[in-house]
Amino acid sequence: MYGFEMMSFNIKDGFLEAIVRGHRTGLLTVADYNNLAQCETLDDIKLNLTSTDYSQYLANEASPIYTATIVEKCTQKLVNDWNYMRSQADETLATFMDYCTYGHMIDNVVLIVTGTLHERDVQELLDKCHPLGMFDSIATLAVAQNMRELYRLVLVDTPLAPYFSENLTHEDLDEMNIEIMRNTLYKAYLDDFAAYCRKLGGTTAEIMGDLLAFETDRRALNITLNSIGTELTREDRKKLYSNFGLLYPHGHNELAMAEDFDQIRSAMEKVPAYSGIFSKLGYGESQMLDKLLYEEEVKKCVDCYEQQFHYGVFYAYMKMREQEIRNIMWISECVAQDQKGRISDGIVYLF
Amino acid sequence: MSTQNRLPVVPTVTVLTMMKARLVGATKGHALLKKKADALTMRFRQLLKEIIDAKENLGSTMKGSFFAYTEAQYAAGDNIKHTIMDNVDTAVVKVRGDLDNVAGVKIPKFESFVLPGETKMDLTGLGRGGQQLQSCRKAYLSAVELLVQLANLQTAFLTLDEALKVTNRRVNALENVVKPKLENTISYIKAELDELEREEFFRLKKVQKNKQKRTAADMAQAAQIAEAAAANGGDLQLPPFPGPGVQPPASSSLLYNKEDDLLF
Repeated sequence: MYGFEMMSFNIKDGFLEAIVRGHRTGLLTVADYNNLAQCETLDDIKLNLTSTDYSQYLANEASPIYTATIVEKCTQKLVNDWNYMRSQADETLATFMDYCTYGHMIDNVVLIVTGTLHERDVQELLDKCHPLGMFDSIATLAVAQNMRELYRLVLVDTPLAPYFSENLTHEDLDEMNIEIMRNTLYKAYLDDFAAYCRKLGGTTAEIMGDLLAFETDRRALNITLNSIGTELTREDRKKLYSNFGLLYPHGHNELAMAEDFDQIRSAMEKVPAYSGIFSKLGYGESQMLDKLLYEEEVKKCVDCYEQQFHYGVFYAYMKMREQEIRNIMWISECVAQDQKGRISDGIVYLF
Repeated sequence: MSTQNRLPVVPTVTVLTMMKARLVGATKGHALLKKKADALTMRFRQLLKEIIDAKENLGSTMKGSFFAYTEAQYAAGDNIKHTIMDNVDTAVVKVRGDLDNVAGVKIPKFESFVLPGETKMDLTGLGRGGQQLQSCRKAYLSAVELLVQLANLQTAFLTLDEALKVTNRRVNALENVVKPKLENTISYIKAELDELEREEFFRLKKVQKNKQKRTAADMAQAAQIAEAAAANGGDLQLPPFPGPGVQPPASSSLLYNKEDDLLF
């Protein structure tokens, strides 16, 4: 029922949309970044950040402050905002918001699994997990001795269970390279997320379809780029691409065959949406690609605030906050390592 | 002075030759050790230069490596650190120990080498940041190589320093203690021997003088006796008994005794 959300959307989700739009105005602006880029020490950065939404998270930090602390505190802000909104959310929105965090959940599961296989301390592993990807039974992940047990005892109760059961056989669980497993899960997750958004319909489906298509295409591009020269076969590579997105299916075929950056480029340039990105890129330089893709993502996220009455704003808020944290990390590292000349290479301005 | 700084020896010719032999040995040893010390010093200076170079290089390399890590973190997310650490089974870079020989001093030598074969890390960051991770890996590999090289140089430096100190101490000991002592001993023995010789000479002279004196006295007495005989009228008499006041009786001559048993 495209366009009819405005009749009923605010009944359930109006409050949270107002909240998330409020949070959006708390994101750092170009002026803030310019101020941060002028900082000489990490303490200066802290001082600058205290005049933003991060103030209450950083105000009580003792003086020798480190990049890791800043990043942790900023993440804490996102997590608190997110949990607040999540606890207020109506069922549909709550499910949507859970979907947004499954990516982190996959990372956490993979982290714990690899850690357990190498007999690390569980508590130590839990500390390393991303707080957005936590679920109740995560600590019990470490109980399992092998992958089969892990699935039977723990994973079956998590939201990730279908991704495991549908895509991985028991043999895969034991033998598969952990990175391929992670990406297989991620593919399943994106497919599922996209299907859920389509089911929601309306503006949400439209906006999220766009955002997720970009996300999955970026993943496909990255997987291709990073698997050149490794033992990953073309068929295996193709299996990691999601079943939607602007590149699906013809672009995927081309990407699967690609052996160098120029072939990837010619595959990507056939899609009008991405030819713009690649035209900014000189031949042979793939290092700038990440930043261009981040910029594109942020642009899409900002654009989705132009429309009202849809859930995409929550996803976009999470993505933008994460990008902001990445920016802050980059600036702090540049300042801490005395590489101020490189600051502008990593900042993706949100507004 | 010379009595203090010398070996307690008996000044004889045998000891002198012995001491001379020892001095020759000491001089030769000193020359050799000096040569060794020079060789070590040369190597030492060269090492110092290399260490300075390596340290200067290390600063920028480490900076680059850390920044490559930041780039990887930016592209691949914060958690990539744990993913990598949990995926490590065996070390890829190992250090081989060896011994180097500089002028008889054994210097430990380290050498890093990368184990051939595929790394399990190839697929890390497949979804995002893989390229940055690889460049980070490369940056740290070169940093580790440089660190091992620096460790090698510094260990060599310390060992060489120790050896150099010992050698220099020996050279100085030979030059300033042993050799002067031997020289002093030799000159002492020579002086003593000369002294002895002079004494002997003086003694001989004295004896000769005494002898001459006595001969002269004898001659004088003989002359006196001769004079006295001439004064007695030239009788052919028995020469007077030289002992003072003891004259043999005249009948003591066998010529005046008739004896049956005596046959002429």
